[in-house]
Amino acid sequence: MPMPAGLTPSRSLPQIAALVVVLLANWMVFPDFFQVRLQDGRLFGSVIDVLNRGAPVALLALGMTLVIATRGVDLSVGAVMAIAGATAATLTASGHGLGVVVPAALGVGLVCGLWNGLLVAVLEIQPIVATLILMVAGRGIAQLITEGQIVTFVSPALAAIGSGSLLAVPMPVVICLGMLLLTALLVRGTALGLMIEATGLNRLASFYSGVDTRAVGILVYVWCGLCAAVAGLIVTADIRGADANNAGLWLELDAILAVVVGGTSLFGGRFSLVLSVVGALIIQAMNTGILLSGLKPEFNLIVKALVVLAVLLLQSPALGMPRLRLPVVRARRTRP
Amino acid sequence: MSRRFMPLAATLAVLIAGTLFCALQFPNFASTRVLGNLLTDNAFVGIAAVGMTFVILSGGIDLSVGSVIAFTTVFLAVAIEQLGIPPFLAFALVLAIAGLFGAAMGALIHWFRLPPFIVTLAGMFLARGASFLLTTDSIPVNHPLYGELGDVAIRMAGGGRLSLVAMVMLAVFAAGMVLAHLTRFGANVYAIGGNRVSAELMGVPIARTTVGIYMLSSTLAGLAGIVFSLYTSAGYSLAATGVELDTIAAVVIGGTLLTGGQGYVFGTFIGILIQGLIQTYITFDGTLSSWWTKIAVGVLLFAFIVLQRVLILGWSARPATVARV
Repeated sequence: MPMPAGLTPSRSLPQIAALVVVLLANWMVFPDFFQVRLQDGRLFGSVIDVLNRGAPVALLALGMTLVIATRGVDLSVGAVMAIAGATAATLTASGHGLGVVVPAALGVGLVCGLWNGLLVAVLEIQPIVATLILMVAGRGIAQLITEGQIVTFVSPALAAIGSGSLLAVPMPVVICLGMLLLTALLVRGTALGLMIEATGLNRLASFYSGVDTRAVGILVYVWCGLCAAVAGLIVTADIRGADANNAGLWLELDAILAVVVGGTSLFGGRFSLVLSVVGALIIQAMNTGILLSGLKPEFNLIVKALVVLAVLLLQSPALGMPRLRLPVVRARRTRP
Repeated sequence: MSRRFMPLAATLAVLIAGTLFCALQFPNFASTRVLGNLLTDNAFVGIAAVGMTFVILSGGIDLSVGSVIAFTTVFLAVAIEQLGIPPFLAFALVLAIAGLFGAAMGALIHWFRLPPFIVTLAGMFLARGASFLLTTDSIPVNHPLYGELGDVAIRMAGGGRLSLVAMVMLAVFAAGMVLAHLTRFGANVYAIGGNRVSAELMGVPIARTTVGIYMLSSTLAGLAGIVFSLYTSAGYSLAATGVELDTIAAVVIGGTLLTGGQGYVFGTFIGILIQGLIQTYITFDGTLSSWWTKIAVGVLLFAFIVLQRVLILGWSARPATVARV
């Protein structure tokens, strides 16, 4: 199998370097940063904390990567998290088991994604606007499900999804890795990834060369909705309740940021799932670092804004970086 | 009727039908008191929506307006209460800061050819972060001028009050209509939104206009912040979250094409009135929760966006290819 198009050493170097720099900076302000201990059969420590807390954004970033690679964007992921969380919490509170709750929450995410996909790919509405509808109405729908209450539940089985562990690794990290593998298999194990890149680069040309651009468009939004539902399930399981107003609030921005930091171009085309997850970890490591260093958490947003701007300027077509397009060309040659 | 006016006509029809529906259901609804409150409560959203109209007419988007409003309220509270700066000087200062902020975003969008939504997203983080840095507390503003300005109002027949902030909003809408339809700047905005390349070939100053559009949007967001500060008499860094979505919704419901080039500032005014109407209905009803507002606005957004698509498809002979141009 050829090397995944997104993971050539020269491409992934800046992100890996950035992650190392942020981690080292954390270690300098907080010498115990890399200490990991095993307690009650689960790993604890600041590094584990970064992985654990970064999991929801990393999950959102997986779906968002595919959407952005088709030159779209999904603003509704935060609202979909809230809807999926509300569904899971309400069903659990009324006595249903995991066998009903998990499929229902994921199903709701799929339906939300399908809605976005139909608007973007079939009605050809601009992605920002199409997904804005669900972003606005979604929190209302979540409120409708919870009937305006903050629903809490007692269910060790569901709570384990948020705070349990598998082989000492926290459950959210396991789920996130599983979704990463599944997504990678879906897009890189088949020609789908290539079709997504082609659609993002030039939809019309792809359509004329036989790519079903409409189906590709629907699929990426459906997958994005599914990833958002998984993230919503984790957050709900973690706090053992659903808060329709605040679950996933502003996370769509973090997810977009993670994808951009991961080097996926906003102008469509090339993408890398692994680097998007690395991007999510960079963001979470920065958040954790700011907290550990004793700086006010208020600096978080400013730092994030400056990082986005720096990455954007590096990507700017005006600064002309011809190598940005190379990986796609390479991908085409290796896959006849 | 010209097809150009179809979205605007649909919006007007929704407003009239909605008002009639409310008036039939609640006898006290059709009064100048309700109208006065509706205008006052939505004044800051309306002012920001005028700026957003220009941005969307040019084919762009500005996600930073809510954060700029919050920054303005915090800046004013800190400047007036803690530093003792006279209010009018503080107003001028914050408008200048907001203007520069918008100009910087416009410059990034134009010279670095970056997508507006991501640049203004960074601007949203930056403005919100800056207000967090000033203070995370909610600071009340007790300056006597705030009380005096709050008392300024025109009495309308039937007991309604047209407050100063409502008058400011109406003035901004009037000025926006003049700017959009009667000035060279307005014509340039429509030209860029219609077709950027043709506009450039015709000699429209793209750089100056793009910077001007985002400067206008941020300055109006600053003015909206001043109005919000007068309205709440406080500065709070978490204020006005989601206002960017309310303004975009008002512009879209008002019939402005999201692809740019077509729409009316007047339509945005109707869009604001419709949103206000939904809120007022929910208040009058009393049994409905406020989150129904979100769902209703979402449904309206969907209806108008689909209407726009249908109209555009009707205009074009090759439906599958237009969206890419």
